[in-house]
Amino acid sequence: MSIQSSVEVQTEWGIVSARQAGRNLAKEIGFGGVDQARITTAISELARNIYLYAEKGEIVIEAVEETRGTQKKKGIKITAKDRGPGIKNIREVMEDGYTTSGGLGAGLPGVRRLMDDFDVDSVMEEGTTITAIKWLR
Amino acid sequence: MAESKELLHDQYANILRAYLEEQSEQGLYYAQQFSKRVLEEQISPEEVVSLHLEVLEEFFPDLPKGAHESFELLLEVMMGYGLAYREHQSLRDKTKELEAEINVAANMQQTFLPDEIPHINGLDVGVLSVPASKMSGDYYHFVKDDHDCVGLAIADIIGKGIPAALCMSMIKYTMDSYPEQRLQPGALLENVNRVVEQNIASNMFITMMYGSYDSRSHQFNYAGAGHEPGFYYKAAEDTFEELHAKGIVLGIKRNTNYKEYQLTVDPGDFVVLLSDGVTECRTDDGFIEREAITRLIRTYQHLPAQEIVNHVFYELERAQGFQLRDDFTLIILRRNV
Repeated sequence: MSIQSSVEVQTEWGIVSARQAGRNLAKEIGFGGVDQARITTAISELARNIYLYAEKGEIVIEAVEETRGTQKKKGIKITAKDRGPGIKNIREVMEDGYTTSGGLGAGLPGVRRLMDDFDVDSVMEEGTTITAIKWLR
Repeated sequence: MAESKELLHDQYANILRAYLEEQSEQGLYYAQQFSKRVLEEQISPEEVVSLHLEVLEEFFPDLPKGAHESFELLLEVMMGYGLAYREHQSLRDKTKELEAEINVAANMQQTFLPDEIPHINGLDVGVLSVPASKMSGDYYHFVKDDHDCVGLAIADIIGKGIPAALCMSMIKYTMDSYPEQRLQPGALLENVNRVVEQNIASNMFITMMYGSYDSRSHQFNYAGAGHEPGFYYKAAEDTFEELHAKGIVLGIKRNTNYKEYQLTVDPGDFVVLLSDGVTECRTDDGFIEREAITRLIRTYQHLPAQEIVNHVFYELERAQGFQLRDDFTLIILRRNV
């Protein structure tokens, strides 16, 4: 599968477009209603982070496949890339209660819970890349 | 997992079917029980919404237009609750972990305090120390030598909880390191002050009172470092006096001298040492007066020292609605008649 879409996030419209692209692909791959909502919520949170803290960045959404033995599994991968200030203390933002207490929403721990695989890579003054995958069960 | 989901689905379908047939209170009761069940299984709110829609569409394959879509909206709204619910679960686990760690620390702290009150001929001693939370910022110490002389210390680390508790070990080890000064309260405080001043942050302070009692001469020598004054009860006059000792709080100035005071203890006289958790006991009417404490002691004066302190504590605890705001330590040392 080579379906991939990339959405620029600069405004709140970008957030909505990213959600839409994510939902369409999730549906296509075969995710159910609850999982579709989880995937779009994760996209929303990641896109909002770009919108609020990095001003500019993009969300890439793609279908992924993994073969383990005879088992083939399908999933959706979200990559959020920005050239923002970077995250100073990743461990701190990955802690529960860090963002929610400030009313900023689910934050990164929320995204991690919504998805199956999760990875953050951040370099100060250069930017942050977050990848998250949800597998179809 | 999938199996239990099917089970939940069937259960919910039964509950909903019964309720749709007859809107009874019993049906609602089953729904309440079901909600406990889904919480136990850690099912998040959005899944419950989705379950409801699933069952509803089985019952009514031709839902009016918009009904299905309205649930999609509700599902989206419930996502936030789902996330908050999962965060709550993980925070709860973390709290449990922390609590277990604090329990270990609190047990360790207990080992800094004397296991038992030494038995000294001619003296009746009562001690009670109760922390406001798990870790205490109050410290007390007893040492007895071969000549039936006893040294006793009471200290209050300003601040509560874990930082205070960490300081406590320092006081204990310092006092253990100067056994020859057990009977020289002034010199002992000077040494403790030096160690404290060098080793703790400048925003932490310790108040302390140290006294030694020689049961051969019935002399009570004491010195204080900014500590809450105790009381001295004179049996012959039936009066309480303040047990004042001038001296700066530990940890402020490196070379400090602590003045030593001396009292001759007559039969029936007693010394009361306390921490500010006793005097700063707060009731609805404000702080209690120091006289209130001497009045309380007087009420139970006829009892053994340990029972006096137990009773005083109980009364003060009761006056505060059984909620301690500060660590509480009370010591009574009485010369037997």
